[in-house]
Amino acid sequence: MSILVAILFYFAVLVFAAGLIYRIGLYARTPAPLKIPTTPAPTTRGGVVLRMTREVVLFESLFKGNLWTWAMGWLFHVSLAVVTVRHLRYFLEPVPAWVGFIQPFGQYAGITMVIGLFGLWARRLFVERIRYISTPSDHLWLVVLIVIGLSGLLMSFVVHTDVIGVKNFFVGLLQFRIGAVPSDILLLGHLFLVFALLALFPISKLLHAPGVFFSPTRNQTDNPREHRHLSAWASKLESEN
Amino acid sequence: MADITAPAYRTIPIVPALKPGAMEGKGPYIANDKHQEALGFPGQLVDNWHDKAIAKMGELLGKFRSLRVYMDACVHCGACADKCHYFIGTQDPKNMPVARQDLMRSVYRRYFTFAGKYFPKLVGARDLTREVLDEWYNYFHQCSECRRCSVFCPYGIDTAEVTMAAREILASIGMGQKYSNEIIGKVHKIGNNLGLPEPALRDTLEGLEEDVKDDTGLDIRFPLDVKGAEVLLITPSADFFAEPHIDGLIGYAKVFHATGTSWTLSSMASEGANFGMFIGSYDQLRKIALRIREAALELGVKRIVVGECGHAWRVAYSFWNTLSGVGDGADETDRFAQMLQRQLDHRYKQPTHICEFTWDLIQRDALKFDKSKNDKYVITFHDSCNVARGSRMGDTPGGQFEIPRNIIKAVANNFVEMDPNTTRERTFCCGGGGGLLTDDLMDLRVKGALPRMEVLNQAVQQHGVNYMAAICAICKTQFSKVMPVYGFDRRMVGGVHQLVSNAIILGDN
Repeated sequence: MSILVAILFYFAVLVFAAGLIYRIGLYARTPAPLKIPTTPAPTTRGGVVLRMTREVVLFESLFKGNLWTWAMGWLFHVSLAVVTVRHLRYFLEPVPAWVGFIQPFGQYAGITMVIGLFGLWARRLFVERIRYISTPSDHLWLVVLIVIGLSGLLMSFVVHTDVIGVKNFFVGLLQFRIGAVPSDILLLGHLFLVFALLALFPISKLLHAPGVFFSPTRNQTDNPREHRHLSAWASKLESEN
Repeated sequence: MADITAPAYRTIPIVPALKPGAMEGKGPYIANDKHQEALGFPGQLVDNWHDKAIAKMGELLGKFRSLRVYMDACVHCGACADKCHYFIGTQDPKNMPVARQDLMRSVYRRYFTFAGKYFPKLVGARDLTREVLDEWYNYFHQCSECRRCSVFCPYGIDTAEVTMAAREILASIGMGQKYSNEIIGKVHKIGNNLGLPEPALRDTLEGLEEDVKDDTGLDIRFPLDVKGAEVLLITPSADFFAEPHIDGLIGYAKVFHATGTSWTLSSMASEGANFGMFIGSYDQLRKIALRIREAALELGVKRIVVGECGHAWRVAYSFWNTLSGVGDGADETDRFAQMLQRQLDHRYKQPTHICEFTWDLIQRDALKFDKSKNDKYVITFHDSCNVARGSRMGDTPGGQFEIPRNIIKAVANNFVEMDPNTTRERTFCCGGGGGLLTDDLMDLRVKGALPRMEVLNQAVQQHGVNYMAAICAICKTQFSKVMPVYGFDRRMVGGVHQLVSNAIILGDN
């Protein structure tokens, strides 16, 4: 079992990293031939950084668009970020002070994360127009995340798993040493779904995470009159004349 | 028209219930072989349309980062779902921006993603069939590329980019739209969308000079093809004779006259509109824009000013520098752009919107107005979508909202705003933009105007509004056509420079 988990771990991380690098490379290589920021837009590079930061940290546009989706979505994402940081303690020895500091928040963030996910799922199930646009995979991702969250919460609060054993296993994996993983069904289910999520990330709608950084309507500076913006393939058209 | 009635106003603008299939149909007329071939597209649906369409999609995915990212990034959160005026007006769920994008995204997934190739049902992927193609044609011609959805999308996904790509694919396999492609043909052949040849244009302008002389007693010129003029005015050809557009053109001429600005129109580029954007063809977008460059070089002008037209201003402001070098800041080594940019006067923004031009003069006290001339009006301002969300005026973000309003307040006493959820960057499209201003889409145009009409009606009830100003030729045409269906006087819509024209005090210069 330990060997299987180890193989899946390496596989998932590898696919995640390679897939994401490939995808980000693809986005970066594809030219944006025209200036299409959704205006009003910042006129300076610094302004764009600020706009992107507000978008990524606060979900500014979604806030304008729909308060419920924003509240649930933001709650989920922020909680997930805190929970993820908390999990660093299972990979790092000694545990850095800031990871230790976040530990109590991280445990409760697990609860708010699941609340956010149920909120998002409720919209998919009960709001007519959102139900109409939902595909099976949209539901399935929410279920996967909810199960990951719930299994984690159970291990934190109800049926404690052998966290020392878990940590030894993963610290070992980082040094390419395969130890023994605690054979706890909750833990194995939790891990299996996280590995699946990592491996499927680069070929799924989870690509919205890197995608937002490459969105021309958000990351372009509003200065088309001041600077000539020209992509490589468009400038070739000029030399053909 | 007779059988088209206005949908009822909603008292509280709640999200409407879905009516699946409400707008199913064949879409607007398909371009015939003559109109298609004139633009280099195949005349009829080609035999291997399936493979060609997928190949074209692949090509566009490689050329446009917007399309590439937007096909992947959507999570179906639904923030955009209730934002489209066509969805609100028709209740057809396929007019929700996310659902419209998914018409293409489902095909993208099937042919370009792992999940769609092997688990199509799971991710909602589907083959490109003839039925799908027809559905594309229908619903991608129920989008006016107004970008309202992109304001609310957490990833900035712009349905306009998807619609443009879909139309480009359709045209490239022989399914172009008659209205847009016929008009583009006229631009290339004659110089403007209306097909008004040079002698007819000259006649029209001379007639206009006589009318204005009768009206004001002054010799206000409407010059054509004057070499060495300082300003080249590029304006939508509707300004030459459509109502109420022409009153705006008279307004521009009076502003030029009042300040003694030497200006000219160009018969070669007697059109501000650029329908190349509507059909999503970079090639056409560029070719149409190059006419302005050519005219500017030939006439030797120092400034290029653009009249009241929404998408034309988006193209001019955002794309001209890229497409034709009208602008500033080209590399020293960029011979193509430098050829023109050396000629232009960079103390001014290139291009300049007519509202920037007029507002600048107002700020410098160069124009005098009798505001009481507009006292019969209670005025509101409809932000045109392409100006609001695809361009700017002045030096600061949002100048495109402030400057037209500032002008109105400088020339009239009674100005009120409409519901702030429907103005500025949240403005609704008039319902006729993006190549949909054609009689064969009248039902869609009437329904698409519903959100704006509801809010206008509120302003009429509360403030007695009797003039809705707009700075877009399509808005003006669309509203004067559909407003009577909603029980409003067609003359309620007019330009900002029509108000300028009413109030301006002209001396003897």
